[in-house]
Amino acid sequence: MHSSTRAGWGVKLGAVGAFVFLHFPLLIIILYAFTTEEASFRFPPPGLTTQWIGELFNRDDFWRALGLSLQVAVIATLLALILGTLIALALARANFFGRDSISLLVILPIALPGIVSGIALRSAVSILGVPFSTWTIILGHATFCIVTVYNNTVARLRRTAHSQVEASMDLGASSFQTFRYIILPNIATALVAGGMLAFALSFDEVIVTTFTAGNQQTLPIWIFSQLTRPRDRPVTNVAALFVIAVTFIPIILAHRLTRDQRD
Amino acid sequence: MSAVTFEGQIPQPPQSPLRRVSAWFFRHPTLALLALLAVPMAWMVVVYLGSLSALLAQSFFRLDGFTGRIIREFGLSTYEQLFTAANIDIVVRTTVMAAAVTVAGALIAFPLAYYTARFAPPRLKTFLYLAVLLPLWSSYLVRVYTWKIILAQEGIITWVFEALGLRGVLDGILAIPGIGGSSLSFSYLGMFLVFVYIWLPYMVLPIMTALERVPNSLVEASSDLGARPRYTFRRIILPLAFPGVVAGSIFTFSLTLGDYIIPQVIGNSSFFIGQVVYAQQGTAGNIPLAAAFTVVPVVIMLSYLLLARRLGAFDAL
Repeated sequence: MHSSTRAGWGVKLGAVGAFVFLHFPLLIIILYAFTTEEASFRFPPPGLTTQWIGELFNRDDFWRALGLSLQVAVIATLLALILGTLIALALARANFFGRDSISLLVILPIALPGIVSGIALRSAVSILGVPFSTWTIILGHATFCIVTVYNNTVARLRRTAHSQVEASMDLGASSFQTFRYIILPNIATALVAGGMLAFALSFDEVIVTTFTAGNQQTLPIWIFSQLTRPRDRPVTNVAALFVIAVTFIPIILAHRLTRDQRD
Repeated sequence: MSAVTFEGQIPQPPQSPLRRVSAWFFRHPTLALLALLAVPMAWMVVVYLGSLSALLAQSFFRLDGFTGRIIREFGLSTYEQLFTAANIDIVVRTTVMAAAVTVAGALIAFPLAYYTARFAPPRLKTFLYLAVLLPLWSSYLVRVYTWKIILAQEGIITWVFEALGLRGVLDGILAIPGIGGSSLSFSYLGMFLVFVYIWLPYMVLPIMTALERVPNSLVEASSDLGARPRYTFRRIILPLAFPGVVAGSIFTFSLTLGDYIIPQVIGNSSFFIGQVVYAQQGTAGNIPLAAAFTVVPVVIMLSYLLLARRLGAFDAL
């Protein structure tokens, strides 16, 4: 029988190639965070040092940007958690006119190119005459974070046996009690996972932020502004490594939380 | 939980206000739905759809060339400005790049998705899935920046070519007009590489999903009927995986159309749609033209989405 249970060498080679292509650049950023070369991107690095980590610690502008990014990500995530969960609860089982339009509307902010969402929010803010602030950044971030919470929660709600909810109601629980004691424990890990992905998304977002921020710099905007300053390259390299580390942790945790439930 | 006491009648829970609200919503499921959706929909409609309408409205306003102020009257003069030769050039350049990135992305993504979905043992499959997911969610900007390092004149690619004694080949490639430049990080070729790299996970995941849905029984039936693996692949697996490729292409195409950071960090001085939008709304202060320019990727994407729906891509998303 020719049934293909083993991959040919061509497929394997292609898979390995694509895998290396995806991950090799991340090794490069780790290497360059420790290079002794200050001005250029010379390869191989002439020497290795941990000096730049210390220098980054002394940069006030970096810490301000990090603080703002954390603040924005936390508030946007909380807003997205509330709004995303409400939509998921409404759409998980109900079938009504306009249901598809609502799910499309939720996906739209990340389906359209970021620049469209960004400039749309900017025009609205400027037409209304609202001054740009931390809150206009949060407004944009919460809007595109809703979808990650919604996706995770709605998937979990569909897997949760509806009989539990019916049993709870039959036993005389109000819908608030049912939510508190039945639904919430069931979707808790999905909420945490969705929240973490929302956090990672917000922490890293640069395009929409560029349009909705005034003078403030979130961490990605800070890094972007550093790219044009060759003098600060070593410090930028360390900051880049730092950002990778901060976003990897919630993503891996989110994956674990949703996987354990599925198995 | 304490033991249930049964005293001849069903114990009635106390009638708290919350319970009355709950009971009322239970009798009015439509209103319950409305109550759940009211706040999030108000948010999405006011904040997001409102913004999109504001954007669309802006594109029909125009900038007064003398005073530099925006005239809020509906008209098409901004669109006239959009259809000048230089601007059409930008649209074509961006669209060609997006198409090239999409095709290359599909070619690179397919073997990885194919191996992961159909051949990898379970543990390796989980690992590979996570390995594709991580770059998707991790810092976009940092990954672009890494490529600035890799593609730089003194960077690792040049070093590899030199170590292999192939410096001449690299210089030859860079000398090709249209795709070359002074170094890889100032060329279309470099920009193309970075685009493919950054959007690759968006292509791998939908293809993986589509391939996992190909029923094994079909593949077995095909081989039982005497088809060689190559033939089975071409006639069974590929057609069933194709909607996944189209689904992935929606992302790679749309994301390339709208990106302004990659063309700004990598590449030469010729503009892409995203950059024009950014420059027009920022330094030039011509928000109507910027708005009209964003309508271009939206229209291209909507036509593409209609086509993709006919190819069955929506089921593979």
